[in-house]
Amino acid sequence: MRKMAIAQFAQSAGVESKENLMDFTYRISKEVLDKAGLKRSEVGCVVIASSDIFHSGLSCANAIDWDGAGAFMVEGTRAEDSMFAFIYACMRIMSGHFDTVLVTSIVKGSENPENDTLTGFFADPFYMRPLGINETTAAAMQMREYMQRCNITEEQCAKVVVKNLGNALFNPYAHVRKRVTVDDVLNSDVVSDPLKALECAPKSEGVASILLAAEDKAKKLTDKPVWVKGFGTSMDHFNLGDRDLLNGQLKIAAGRAYKMAGIRNPKKEIDVAEICEPYAFQELLWCEKLGLCGDGEGGKLIDSGVTQMHGASPVNPSGGVLAMNPYVSRGLYRLIESAMQISGSAGGHQVDKKVKTALAHGTHGFAGQCHSLVILEG
Amino acid sequence: MTKEYETIINTITLPYRWALGPAWTRFFDGLKEEKIYGTRCRKCKKIFVPARSFCPDCFEDLDEWSDVSQEGTLRSWTLVKKSHYGQVRRPPYALGLIHLDGTDCDFIHFIGGIDLSDLKKVREKIKAGTRVKAVWNKEKNANIHDISYFKPLK
Repeated sequence: MRKMAIAQFAQSAGVESKENLMDFTYRISKEVLDKAGLKRSEVGCVVIASSDIFHSGLSCANAIDWDGAGAFMVEGTRAEDSMFAFIYACMRIMSGHFDTVLVTSIVKGSENPENDTLTGFFADPFYMRPLGINETTAAAMQMREYMQRCNITEEQCAKVVVKNLGNALFNPYAHVRKRVTVDDVLNSDVVSDPLKALECAPKSEGVASILLAAEDKAKKLTDKPVWVKGFGTSMDHFNLGDRDLLNGQLKIAAGRAYKMAGIRNPKKEIDVAEICEPYAFQELLWCEKLGLCGDGEGGKLIDSGVTQMHGASPVNPSGGVLAMNPYVSRGLYRLIESAMQISGSAGGHQVDKKVKTALAHGTHGFAGQCHSLVILEG
Repeated sequence: MTKEYETIINTITLPYRWALGPAWTRFFDGLKEEKIYGTRCRKCKKIFVPARSFCPDCFEDLDEWSDVSQEGTLRSWTLVKKSHYGQVRRPPYALGLIHLDGTDCDFIHFIGGIDLSDLKKVREKIKAGTRVKAVWNKEKNANIHDISYFKPLK
C-alpha cells in the first residue's frame, strides 16, 4: 500500500459562528493550506462532506461548498459523511492519481431545525417516517434492548456523559463544556425513555479540514506526519426491524481496519480511541464491537475507569460527540483529535500515556446502521 | 441568545408524490381490511413484515403472501416525551419493536391503549416480553395509521 499521512488539519470551535456557510468553509480550508504552505492550485484534489438539504437547507450542497473548500477548477468528489470522505481521499492517494487531497467537512448546526426533525427524514416515507422513527427514537429502543440483554444500568450510561463532558472542559473546540454528575444526567429531562437530555448529543457548528498526503509529500508538509495504517466500513439493513440492534456491522468494519493495520489485539494495541457516540450508551456498545472490551462488558468498562482521560485506554479525550455534534463533520473531528493525541498537540486534553496508535470511529444512520473507522499511527 | 448580526429565515415546503409500488400497495390495502400481510422467502423460509418484494437477506423475489398474526411480543420500546418541529404526534407517545407471532423480523408501531402520562407506571406496564395486539382505527386510509396502535394484553 502507498504510505500516506495526515499532514495538516484545522477545526472550528463549537460556538455559534456569525459567518455564512461559504466563508466559514473557506476560513478553515484556508487555515490548513496556510499551515502546509500550499497554494490552492497545488492541491491534488478536494473531497468534501456535506448534507444535501437537511443539514444545510441547500441542494446540491456541493454547489456552494465547493467554492469555500477551494475545490473549484480542481478535481473533487463529495460524501455525506466525513469519515467516508476521508476514506475516499485515502483511495485517491492509493490509486496514485494524486499526492495530496484536501478533505473538508461542513455543518452549521445553529442554522438548522432540530436533529430529530432532520433525522426523521432518513426514514422511508411509507412506514418508519409516519411512525416517528428518527435517530433518537431508534437509539432509545436500542438502549433499552442493550440494558436488558447485557444488564447495563442507566447509571453506567450516565457515567459516559460525566466523563465526556468533563473531558470537553479541556477542549476549546468542544461545544458543550460543563461538569455534570451522574445524578444531573439521570435527572435531566426524559427525551425518549430511557434516553435523557444530557445523554443526547447537541446540534453544533463544525467545519473541519484535513490535508492528506502521500509519504514523500507529507514529510515536506509537516514535521509530524500521522500515518494512515488502515480503514474499514460496513453497512447494515435499512429497516430497523430486520436488524439485531446489538450486533450490527461495526465488528465487520473493525475487522477490515484491523487486518489492514496489522492489529491483532485492539485492547492492547489501541492507545486512544475517539468514538462517535451521539447517544451516551453507544460509546459502551461500540467499544464492545471494536474489541476494546468483551461482548456485553461495556458497563464494566466504564465502571473500571480505564476509558477515563488518564486511564489505560482513554476513550473520547476530546469530549466526543456528546460534547460536539456537527453532524456530517463529526468523523473528521474524531480524526483530528486522534492526530492531535498522536502528535502530542492536544494541550489540556492530551492523555497521560504515550500515544502511538489511535482509532477514529464514525457512524450515521439509525442505531449505527453505517460504521467506519480509521487507524492512525505516529 | 440575541444575535448581533443578520440572519434570514427560510421555510422550505416541497411537494413530492412517491410511488408505493405493488408490495406496499397490497400491504396497505390489506390494512384497510384489517389484515397484516407479510411475505415469505422460498429460500431462507423467513417471513418478513411489512410485506416486501425482495428478501433483504437472500436478495431473491418474494411472492408468497401470508396473513400474519396480529399479536406478538414486544422486543423493545420507547416513550417519547420531548416535542420537536414536524413531529408525527404530540408527546407523550410510545413506539415499539414488535415480534409478530410466526414472523422472522420485528414490526414497528405505536404502543397504546394505556395511560402514557406517568413514565413510572408505563415502565411497570410495558416491558420487553409484554404480549401486544393490534387495535384498528375505525377510519381507514390504506396507510400505516390504519392500525391505531398495539395494546398490551394482560
